[in-house]
Amino acid sequence: MERNTDIELRLLIEAIYLKYSYDFRDYSGASIKRRVLHALSQFECKTISALQERVLHDPGAFMQLLQLLTIPVSEMFRDPAHFLAIREEVVPLLKTYPSIKIWIAGCSTGEEVYSMAILLHEEGLLDRTLIYATDINPRSLEKAKQGIFSLENVRAYTQNYQLAGGRRSFADYYTAAYDYAMFDKTLRQNVTFADHSLATDSVFSETQLISCRNVLIYFNKKLQDRAFGLFHESLCHRGFLVLGSKETLDFSAFGKQFEPLVKQERIYRKL
Amino acid sequence: MSPMTDRSRPLIEAIVVGASAGGVEALLNIFTPLRKGFSLPVLVVLHLPDERNSQLAQVFRHRLAIPVEEVQDKQDIRPGTLYVATPGYHLSIEADRSLSLSLEAPVHHSRPSIDVLFESAADVYGPGLLAVVLTGANSDGARGLARVKELGGITVVQDPREAQVSTMPEAALTLHEPDHILTLQGIGQLLAGLE
Repeated sequence: MERNTDIELRLLIEAIYLKYSYDFRDYSGASIKRRVLHALSQFECKTISALQERVLHDPGAFMQLLQLLTIPVSEMFRDPAHFLAIREEVVPLLKTYPSIKIWIAGCSTGEEVYSMAILLHEEGLLDRTLIYATDINPRSLEKAKQGIFSLENVRAYTQNYQLAGGRRSFADYYTAAYDYAMFDKTLRQNVTFADHSLATDSVFSETQLISCRNVLIYFNKKLQDRAFGLFHESLCHRGFLVLGSKETLDFSAFGKQFEPLVKQERIYRKL
Repeated sequence: MSPMTDRSRPLIEAIVVGASAGGVEALLNIFTPLRKGFSLPVLVVLHLPDERNSQLAQVFRHRLAIPVEEVQDKQDIRPGTLYVATPGYHLSIEADRSLSLSLEAPVHHSRPSIDVLFESAADVYGPGLLAVVLTGANSDGARGLARVKELGGITVVQDPREAQVSTMPEAALTLHEPDHILTLQGIGQLLAGLE
């Protein structure tokens, strides 16, 4: 027999899908449950059913809930060794393309986008690269477009940048004002920010590299496979797929259609 | 009657263990009695400084008789394997008995958090779960352990008098009365006798 909470949780997720077309039905259950239970106290709702009533009738409340359901935890040059491996192993191969398209799927508030843009700039590739940065959360995308991050975090990012093989002073890329760092807007000159869901949308372009890091951990295996399918379809022959440091293709049906280039850093190539 | 000897209760299907300060030694202590061929899965959260390439799985592999793995996202739980939570990520158990990682905010300043593992494990295994809280300097694990009990699982707390740091066992004891309060030796014997 299912517990009430689990029944209510499924109903809430179904209601969100029917009403707002946001599809959390194949998200990892444990994490989505924690986030919804956490939301109850924020919304001062006693039950998930009460929360469901609120979000069903009030789009504003849904937008608020969406902020709690998506996890905007990101940092620039997160896992420096990963970016170093991209610089050393992937960039030399990217340089052989006359023009490059990169898809950053689940870009959240943009930290990954600016990291990638800085790396490409230093490697002389930014001018001939188009970056698609997508996310399901419009507020995150808005923040990503602005490229303003807290100065306190930027100190930690500076260390990451250096460990990731950065060639300049990190401060060259931003202007500090009060407690914030505004990143150079030329970094996003070739970036298109767009609303895209790995759960419901399809492929929109051929790409040479896709970065999707710490997004797939929130999906169950079925949805992970859907996402891998999109990536496989979008990538050109021998295109690159890079994942988060604890994510793997090993348990997916698509595992055989990619080969590891730098396994430790989760850098794969389409076969 | 002790829950362990109650023949009418469901069998234990999985073991979850949480430890913090002083934890490595305590964990080695309780897992050393487990022989090769031990059939239950064991999932461990140990608080470490956020060091992304922990050697813990390797240390355990060298010292223990059962297979040890650091968790990868969406891995199926195999019997008889000791899974060490990945530093920097919360570890949960999913309804299909696979493991999932997440980057939600730290709980009790900890990621992985013992509460997160215990609560998700209790949801999946209910009375088939045995949960252990060991030495540590914060109160992570207390809420999770109470939840395990609430859903019918068996709860064990290391005797605070023996614990290297007693804060965590004590916090667990203030929230609920566990089935067992044992020394490390006692916990090791209990685990080894579960099959």
